[in-house]
Amino acid sequence: MGNPRVVVQTADFDLGAEVATLRAGDAAVGAVAAFVGTVRDRNDGLVDGVEVSAMELEHYPGMTERSIEAMIDAAMQRFDIRGARVIHRVGLLQPQDQIMMVAVTSAHRGPAFQACEFLMDYLKTQAPFWKKEQTPDGARWVDARSSDDAAIARWGIDGCNALPTA
Amino acid sequence: MNVTVRYFASIRERLGASEAIEVAEGSTVGAVRDALIARGEAHATALARGRALRSALNQVLCGDDAVVGEGAELAFFPPVTGG
Repeated sequence: MGNPRVVVQTADFDLGAEVATLRAGDAAVGAVAAFVGTVRDRNDGLVDGVEVSAMELEHYPGMTERSIEAMIDAAMQRFDIRGARVIHRVGLLQPQDQIMMVAVTSAHRGPAFQACEFLMDYLKTQAPFWKKEQTPDGARWVDARSSDDAAIARWGIDGCNALPTA
Repeated sequence: MNVTVRYFASIRERLGASEAIEVAEGSTVGAVRDALIARGEAHATALARGRALRSALNQVLCGDDAVVGEGAELAFFPPVTGG
């Protein structure tokens, strides 16, 4: 357990190396599920999409790491998994760059797939990151999606991220 | 009592990264938000009721009812968009 489960960094990452580290020395692992998010060159809010030339990612240092640690704790309790690792980049990124990854190990594929999706749904609605897109019309903050709130609600967790409250 | 308020993303662009505010003992997050709104037009716009706005008390997501303690770190930010 020498490797931190959550890392926020500007540098890129190597999924293969991360998975190798995550499952190293654990012969009970029979499945690895991973997700990688990457920068699109268009925003899919409109029919043809708006061109995105770069993306800047901001976060809340400290809270980010703590909140994702808590999400992994929740995933470990809920699913029969053996390990998990989350890396999320911040700073200036270009189209096609990797943004973040989640990798989960378990004995069998079911819990690994489920925990990977659970962690993504959780992170999308609860981890303090914000994306700003550079477009031909200038920079704009990316809007949160209510579909992400619906995704975390499937797990019985109140997302309530995108919608106005009081 | 003294509370440190932090802002992120679009709210930070309007109000700056952080500021301090003096509020009554036992104030809720909602009460601090109202006190900030009373500081002027920029605050009133950025923190307006009816806007999608989230808050965290000592780096944990919280609601308007959460009670703020002396020396607390209270943050306001737009809906999150990581991943």
